[in-house]
Amino acid sequence: MRLATCFRFRLLTILAFLMLALNPQANAADSRTRASEFKLANGMDVVVIPDHRSPVVTHMVWYKVGAADEPPGASGIAHFLEHLMFKSTDKIPVGEFSKIVGRLGGQDNAFTGHDATAYFQRVAKDRLGKMMEMEADRMVNLRLDEKEVLTERDVILEERRSRIENNPSAVLDEQMNAALYRNHPYGIPVIGWYHEMQTLSRQDAMTFYKRYYAPNNAILVVSGDVTDDEVRKLAEETYGKIPANPDVPAVRKRPGEPPQNVARRLILKDPRAGNFSLSRYYAVPSYVTAKPGEAEALDLLMKIAGSGSTSRIYKKLVVELKLASSAGGDYSGYGLDGGTLSFYAVAADGVPLEKVEAALDDVLADIVKNGVSEAELSRAKRSYLADYIYDSDNQATLARRYGWNLAVGRTVSDVESWPENISKVTVEDLKKVAAQYFDARDSVTGYLIPDQTGVAQAEDVAAPSPAGEVR
Amino acid sequence: MASLAQGIAARVGAAARLSTAALLILSLFLIASVSRAAAAMNIQTITSPGGIEAWLVEEHSVPLISLKYAFDGGSSQDPEGKEGVANFITAMMDEGAGDLRSAEYQERMEDIAMRMSYDDSKDSLYGSFETLTANRDKAVELLKLSVQKPRFDADAVERIRQQLLANLVYADKDPEKVAMREWYAQAFAGHPYARPSNGTMETVSKISRDDLVAYHKRTFARDNLKVVAVGDITAEDLGKLIDDVFGGLPAKADLFPVVKTQPLTGGSQQVIDMAVPQSVAVFGLGAMPRKDPDFMAAFVVNHILGGGGFSAKLMEEVREKRGLAYSVYTYIQPYRHASILVGSVATKNASMAESLDIIRKELKKIAENGPTPADLEAAKSYLTGSYALRFDTNSKIASQLLGLMQEGFGPDYVENRNKLIEAVTLEDAKRVAARLLKPDDLIVTIVGKPAGMKSAAPAALQPAAVAGPGARLMR
Repeated sequence: MRLATCFRFRLLTILAFLMLALNPQANAADSRTRASEFKLANGMDVVVIPDHRSPVVTHMVWYKVGAADEPPGASGIAHFLEHLMFKSTDKIPVGEFSKIVGRLGGQDNAFTGHDATAYFQRVAKDRLGKMMEMEADRMVNLRLDEKEVLTERDVILEERRSRIENNPSAVLDEQMNAALYRNHPYGIPVIGWYHEMQTLSRQDAMTFYKRYYAPNNAILVVSGDVTDDEVRKLAEETYGKIPANPDVPAVRKRPGEPPQNVARRLILKDPRAGNFSLSRYYAVPSYVTAKPGEAEALDLLMKIAGSGSTSRIYKKLVVELKLASSAGGDYSGYGLDGGTLSFYAVAADGVPLEKVEAALDDVLADIVKNGVSEAELSRAKRSYLADYIYDSDNQATLARRYGWNLAVGRTVSDVESWPENISKVTVEDLKKVAAQYFDARDSVTGYLIPDQTGVAQAEDVAAPSPAGEVR
Repeated sequence: MASLAQGIAARVGAAARLSTAALLILSLFLIASVSRAAAAMNIQTITSPGGIEAWLVEEHSVPLISLKYAFDGGSSQDPEGKEGVANFITAMMDEGAGDLRSAEYQERMEDIAMRMSYDDSKDSLYGSFETLTANRDKAVELLKLSVQKPRFDADAVERIRQQLLANLVYADKDPEKVAMREWYAQAFAGHPYARPSNGTMETVSKISRDDLVAYHKRTFARDNLKVVAVGDITAEDLGKLIDDVFGGLPAKADLFPVVKTQPLTGGSQQVIDMAVPQSVAVFGLGAMPRKDPDFMAAFVVNHILGGGGFSAKLMEEVREKRGLAYSVYTYIQPYRHASILVGSVATKNASMAESLDIIRKELKKIAENGPTPADLEAAKSYLTGSYALRFDTNSKIASQLLGLMQEGFGPDYVENRNKLIEAVTLEDAKRVAARLLKPDDLIVTIVGKPAGMKSAAPAALQPAAVAGPGARLMR
C-alpha cells in the first residue's frame, strides 16, 4: 500500500531502491515460468527464483501479518516488532544480528506494510545457509529486554517525526487514509498513531510475535544464484525444524468497510506547505479482491490516465490548460482487502485548487464517457510488458514481487500470468472500470494549503463533492 | 505489478520525476572495489571507429541493453546568476528533439518502452538509457536526437520551469534539503560547490532557452564524455552505436575552470529556524581526495564511524543505545575538486544538542584512539564481502564502471579493489582517522528549533589555503 511501508533504516532503503535495475532470466514478452514453489512439512511456503549471472542471493522471509492485523489500541505494534526482531535471541547477542550479516559481507533490512512484514538479506551465495539459520532462529527465539524495548520505542517515535510530523504532505496523506477507510484498519497508519505508539510495551510485542511468527504463517523467498534443491535442503535443515504453530489464525479477517456513500473532503492548512496541492483517493478493489481482469484494467487505466508526461491528466492539466505544475495518478493494487486509486496535482501559481480539481474531474469524466483509444491502450500494455522484462534484471525486485503477492494469498502462477492477463484487457474493460470506480462516493479529496497565518490546523469538512458528476 | 515498488517509494506532492538527482550522488560515492563476481566479469575496453572510448560487459542472457554515460561539468558549470541550468537540462532531455516535439517524442519513447533519464551532480551530468534488444535501432535513433538535437521549445521550457520552481518551494520547507543546501553554502563559500545545484527561485526564473542551448553546446562534447554499456550487445555494434549517438557532438567541451578547494576549517555552527518538531542537522568536514593514498583507509574509517549502518559507531551510540534518532549516518563524497566527509542526524528539537555532542565525542574518540582491531576487521570483512552485491544487475554494473571510469581508474580496479581494502592496517586506520576526523573543524548546519542552540561562527572564519583568491568560478 502506498506510503504504507515503513523500513527499519532509511539509508539502506534508499540504496535498496537504487538497486532497482536489470537482471537476467527473462525472455522478451514471454511469460514462461521463472519461479518454482514448494511447501515444507510444517507449512512454510518456499519460492525460488533462479538467476545465475552473479554469485549473489537475496533471502527474504515474509510473514502474513501486518499493521492491519494489530489489536485495537496498539497501532504500530507490527512495525515496532519488526524493529525489535533485530535485538537478540539465545544465540545472537543484543544488536548483533545486522553486525553478523555485515561481517559476512551482507546487507539486511526489513519492512512492514498493512498486510505483510518482511525481513531480508543480500549476501554471497555461500552465506545463504547461515542467513537461514539466523532468520529461523529469530522466528521463534526472540528475546526482549524491557529497557531495549523502551529505547527502541523512542526510535520509532523519531521515525514517525521524520516520516510524518515533519512533512505536511504526509500528515494529509495519513488523514486522507483515515477518512477513506472508516472501519477497516487500512485507515490506521502502518507506523501507528503517536499516542498509541507511546504506550506500546514489551508485552504487546511478544504477544503479537507469538501469535503470528511461525513457519506456517511465513513465506521464504530466495532469488539469485541458487537451485530449488539447494534451497530445499537448507530450508529443511533450518526453518523445517520449527514446528507449526496451530494457533496462527487460519483466516485473515479484518473489520470490513460499510458502504461508501459520501464523498469526503479534507483541508490541511499548514505554514510548512510549499505549494497549493490536492490529492484524491478512491477505495477500489485490489488484485486479491477484484473480479478477474478488473485489477489489470485498473492498472492500465491509471497508466493512461495518470502515469508520466504522456498521460491524460498531465497533458490536460499541465500542458494544455497550464493549471498545474505537475499532476498524475496511480493504482496501488496489492492490498489483501482492497486497493486505492490516487491522483495528485500541484496548482500552478495563483490557480485556485477548485479549478484544478474541476479540470481533473473533467479528465476522469471524459474517460468514463468516451473511454480510451486503442493506441493508448496498446502503448500502455507495451510499457507494462517491457517493465516486466526490465524487472527481470533485478533479483531483489523479483523477490519482493513474488513475496508480496504470496503474502496476500496470491500464487506464483498469478504473478507469472500477469503479462498474459494484461494483454487480454480491452478498451471496453477500461471504460467499464472507469465508470464503476471513478465514483465520488468512494473518494476522499484533500487540499494542502500553505497557511501564512500561523498555526497548522486540520479541518474535516463533509461536503458534497464537486466531483459528484464523475461516476 | 509495475507499481509495487514505485508505490512505496514516490508520491503525492513533489514532482517525482525531478527528485532523484540527490540519490544518485549518494550511490556514486560507494563506487569502489572487487570480488569473485566482479573478477568473473569480462570488462572490455573498446574504441569506436570514430575514436570514442567505452567499457563494455556483454551479457546476452537477457534481451536488454543498459548504457550509462556522463559528461564532465554538472552544476559547477552553471553560469553565475544562472544556478540550476544543469538541473534544468536534465529535465528537458525528453522534451522534444529533432523534428519531434515533446509529446511526440515521449510517446515514441513509450511506444518502444525505451527508458532514458538524466541527473546532475556538482561535477557531471549523467545519462541513463535502457532498451529491449528488439527495439534497439529505434531507441538509439531517439537517443541520438536527444543528445545531439534537443529542442528546448519555449512551451516545454516554461512548463518545466514551473515544475522546477514548485520543487524549490517544497525544498525550501524541507528541513533536510535546507540543511544540506546551507551546509554546502557554508562549507564552500566562494566556490562553485557552494551554489545551490537546483538554483533558486530567482535564478531558475531567469534561465532562458539561450542559457540551455549554451550549456548544452559547452558541455555535451566528446572529450568530456565517459560511456559504459552492459548487456545484449557486441563490441562491434556498441562501437557503431556510440558513434551514432555521440559522434556528432563537438570534439571539445568548453568548460569553465573550477579550482581545487576544500571546506572551510575552524568549525562553525549555523541554526536555521523552521517550525518543525524534529530538527535535522548536517555536519561535515574535508576529507581525502579519491586518488589520495589514504583514501581507502578513510573510506574504511568512515564505514566504522557512520557509514556502516547498524555496525557504525554513530548508529550504536545515538540510536541503539539512546533511541535519539531513527537515522544517523556519514559518508565520504570525493568530488573532483574537493572531498568531504558529511553526515546527518534527525532528532526531536529537545535532543539535538545531546545528539551532536555524542557525535563529536565519537569523532574525537576514533581520531584519538583509532578503531579497535575488531572494528577494523568487521569493516573490512563487510566491504570486501559485499562488493559483489554492487554487480548483480546490468544497470548496477554499468553505474559502478562509469564511476570508476570517471575517477580515472582502469577496469583492473575491479580486480584489485578488495586487495586495497585488505591492505588497510590498524596503523593506517589510526593515522588516517587522526588526519580525517577533526572535531574542531566540523561545520554544522541545523534546521528546526533545536533547544538551546544558536549559530556560532568560528573565531576566524577563513577559507582554507587551497581556496585562496581565484577560487571563484571563472567565466
